[in-house]
Amino acid sequence: MVRDPKTIDMLTRDYPYGFVTEIEEDSVPAGLSEDIIRAISSKKNEPDWMLEWRLRAYRQWLTLKEPTWANVHYGPIDYQAIRYYSAPKQRGDGPKSLAEVDPELLRTYERLGIPLAERELLAGVAVDAVFDSVSVATTFRDKLEQLGIYFCSFSEAVQKYPDLVQKYLGSVVPYSDNFFATLNSAVFSDGSFAYIPKGVRCPLELSTYFRINASETGQFERTLIIADEGSYVSYLEGCTAPMRDRNQLHAAVVELVALDDAEIRYATVQNWYPGDNEGRGGIYNFVTKRGKCQGVNSKISWTQVETGSAITWKYPGCILMGDNSTGAFYSVAVTNNYQQADTGTKMIHIGKNTRSTIVSKGISAGHGQNSYRGMVKVLKSAENARNYSQCDSLLIGDKCGAHTFPYLEVKNSTARVEHEASISKIGDDQIFYCQQRGLSAEDAVSTIINGFCKQALQELPMEFAVEARKLLGVSLEGSVG
Amino acid sequence: MMLRIRNLSASVDGKPILRGLELDVCAGEVHAIMGPNGSGKSTFAQVLAGRDTYHVVADELSFQGRDLRQMPPEIRAREGIFLAFQYPVEIPGVSNLYFLRAAVNAVRAHRGLPELDAVDFMSRARDEAKSLGMDDAMLKRSLNEGFSGGEKKRNEILQMKLLEPRLAILDESDSGLDIDALRIVADGINTMRSVDRAIIVVTHYQRLLNYVVPDRVHVLIGGRIIRSGSKELAMELEEKGYGWLEEQAAAERSEYKPGAKRKRDSAQPQENPQPSRKVS
Ligand SMILES: Nc1ncnc2c1ncn2[C@@H]1O[C@H](COP(=O)(O)OP(=O)(O)OP(=O)(O)O)[C@@H](O)[C@H]1O
Ligand SMILES: [Mg+2]
Repeated sequence: MVRDPKTIDMLTRDYPYGFVTEIEEDSVPAGLSEDIIRAISSKKNEPDWMLEWRLRAYRQWLTLKEPTWANVHYGPIDYQAIRYYSAPKQRGDGPKSLAEVDPELLRTYERLGIPLAERELLAGVAVDAVFDSVSVATTFRDKLEQLGIYFCSFSEAVQKYPDLVQKYLGSVVPYSDNFFATLNSAVFSDGSFAYIPKGVRCPLELSTYFRINASETGQFERTLIIADEGSYVSYLEGCTAPMRDRNQLHAAVVELVALDDAEIRYATVQNWYPGDNEGRGGIYNFVTKRGKCQGVNSKISWTQVETGSAITWKYPGCILMGDNSTGAFYSVAVTNNYQQADTGTKMIHIGKNTRSTIVSKGISAGHGQNSYRGMVKVLKSAENARNYSQCDSLLIGDKCGAHTFPYLEVKNSTARVEHEASISKIGDDQIFYCQQRGLSAEDAVSTIINGFCKQALQELPMEFAVEARKLLGVSLEGSVG
Repeated sequence: MMLRIRNLSASVDGKPILRGLELDVCAGEVHAIMGPNGSGKSTFAQVLAGRDTYHVVADELSFQGRDLRQMPPEIRAREGIFLAFQYPVEIPGVSNLYFLRAAVNAVRAHRGLPELDAVDFMSRARDEAKSLGMDDAMLKRSLNEGFSGGEKKRNEILQMKLLEPRLAILDESDSGLDIDALRIVADGINTMRSVDRAIIVVTHYQRLLNYVVPDRVHVLIGGRIIRSGSKELAMELEEKGYGWLEEQAAAERSEYKPGAKRKRDSAQPQENPQPSRKVS
C-alpha cells in the first residue's frame, strides 16, 4: 500500500529527540535509603519540615507493594539500581538569569524546540525547564511577579513560599496515595510551582519542559499549582528524553488546587522516548495527577496528548468538592510498536451540581496496547451531579489492542451519568478516498487521525495543538501500509 | 487519446470481475457506461483510480500516454483523474472545507501552482456550493458524516468542480437524487464539459443522459463492454432492459476458455453492428 519513497523514509525515521547532551552531572549514588533522601534534601538546602515529609513518605513506601492491576506488562524494576538525583553541575548557587545557564543546556532546549530566550515573548509562553532532576531556568518571571503570580521551580518555592507549599503540598495527592506517588514524595528532586493570586487572569501560558538526560536516572518531579479565588491559568507540560536501550523510570506527581470561581487548564504533550520498534528501552511513565476543585464554581480541565513512553500509567482526575464545580478530561493516547498505555481518569463528585466530562481517544497501531480506565464516583452529597463520558478507540492493523475499563459508583439517585464507547478501524476505503483526492497515504492517515482526535485536540492552546498534530503524525508514521 | 485501455482484467481473491475490457476516451468526450448490478462498473472506476484491492492485468492502461499502472492513486488524482464515488466515505472530525482545500492544494502543488490562500478558497468553495444548492453549513460539517445520500452526491460534484480534473469518472452520481437535485447535478456536470476534459458517467438511468448527453454509450456486462453505441443505445436499454444483451454475453462466455490465448479481436463481440471503438 505504501509506495511513496517519502513514506518509506518515514518508516525508518528515528525518534527525533533521542540525542544525549554531554554535560557534567552532579548526582547521588544509585540506590534508595534514608541517607540518600537526607542527601537529596541537604543538596537542596531544605527546611526540616520538608525532610520530615520525605522521610515519612519513604517509611510508608517501604510498606507498599508495586501495583499490578494495570493492563501493562514489564519486568521487575530494581529500585536500588536507580539514581534518584542528578543535576547539571552549576557554578556557585545556581543560575540567577538565563545568562548564567550552561550554554550547552540552552542548546539542548533549542534543539527540542523550546527557546528560552526572547522568542518566548512572541509565543506568550513562560517556560520552566526541568533538566533531569532540577529546574534550570524560568522565563518571564519579572512580568509575572508584577501581577503577583509566582512561577518558579519547586525547590525555589520551598525556600521562598514555604507557607503556601506547606499548606497545599500533599493536599490533593497525599504522600501515602499510591506506590509511585509515595516514592515520588520521598525522592522528588524538583518540578514547577505556580500560584495565581485572587482575581488574576494569568496572561501567559505557563509551561514546563521536562527532559531526562542522564542514564540510569529516574525523574521524579513534583508540580503544584494553586489558583486562588477567581483566578485563571492555563498550563502546559512537555516531555522528551534521549534514546537509551535501558528503561528509565519517570514517576511524577502533579497537584492542582482551584479555589472559589478559579479555573485551571492543564495540558500535557507527553513524548518521552517510547523505546525502539522492537520494544527495547523507553520510559516507564508512572504518573499521579490530580486536581481538586475546592471552591464553588471552580473548574479544572486536563488535556493530554500521550504519544511517548514505553509504558504509560496515568489517571489525571478531579475531586469535585465545591458546589457547581466542573471537571474535564480530554485525552489522546497513541500506542505504536510495543508501547503500552493504561490511562484514563477519575472524577469524584462530592459537591452539588458538579459536572464532569470525559473524552478519551485511544489509537493503537503496531503491537500497541491501549487501555482506557475511567472511574466516575458520585457521592451521596453530590445532588444533581452530571457526567458524560465518551471513549473511542481506533485500531490500525490487526496486531494491536484496545481495552476499556469503566468503573461507575453512584450513591445519589439524582445523578445522571452517560457513557458512550466505540471501537473503529481506519478503513482502506477512507485512505483510498483521500488518496483519490490527491493526498498521500501518510497525509490521509494523519488527516483521519486528526479528525478522530478533534474533540480532544481542540481543547489544547492553539500553538500546542499544531505541535500535537505533528507529533501524532510522526508517532504513527509507517503504521499503515 | 486521453484514456486507452486494452484487454483489462481485474480480479479479487482469484475471482475475476473485469475480463478483457477495452475502451478509448478522447478529450472533449462524454461517455456513459451502463450495465446491470454487479457487472463490474464500480470496479472499473476504482481500477482506473488505482484501488489496490484488485489484481490488475492489461495489455495497455494508459492516461495521456502514460502507463497508469506505474502511478499510485494520489499521483493519478494529481494528474487529473477524479472519481466521484458511488458510496462516498465518511471521515469524522475532518471538516469538509479543510479537506477540500487540502485536496485542491495537493493537486495545485503537483502542477506547480501556488497554494490557494484560505480566504480565496473559501469564497470559491462557497460560490460553487451555492450553485449546487448546498448551504455553508455543509462546508463546515465533517466530511460526509451524516450527509444524506443526495447530499453526499452533491458534495462529490462540488469536489469535482473545485479540483478541475482532466478525466472525471462519475459513478452513479445520479442515484438517490430527487428530481430537482438531478437537474442541479446534471447542470454541474455540463458546466464541466470542455474540449480538454473527458467525462465518464456510470448510470442506470436514461434520465440523466437526457440532461448530460453522451457522445458514446457502452454496455458493461460480465466484466466486459459488450456493446457500444450512440445515445440512442441508452434509450433502447431503457426499453428492453439488458436481457437480450446478457444472452449474447453468456453465449460468448461459454466460448471463452480461461487460460487459452485469445485473439485480441475477440474482445469485441462479432455481432456488434457498430464498431465500439472509435479509431482516432
Ligand atoms: N473488493 C471486493 N471483494 C469481493 N468482491 C468484489 C469486490 N469488489 C467487487 N466485487 C464483486 O464484483 C462484482 C462487481 O461489482 P461492482 O461493484 O463493480 O458492480 P457494479 O457494476 O458497480 O454494480 P452496481 O450497479 O450494483 O453498482 C460484484 O459481484 C461484487 O460483489
Ligand atoms: Mg457500482
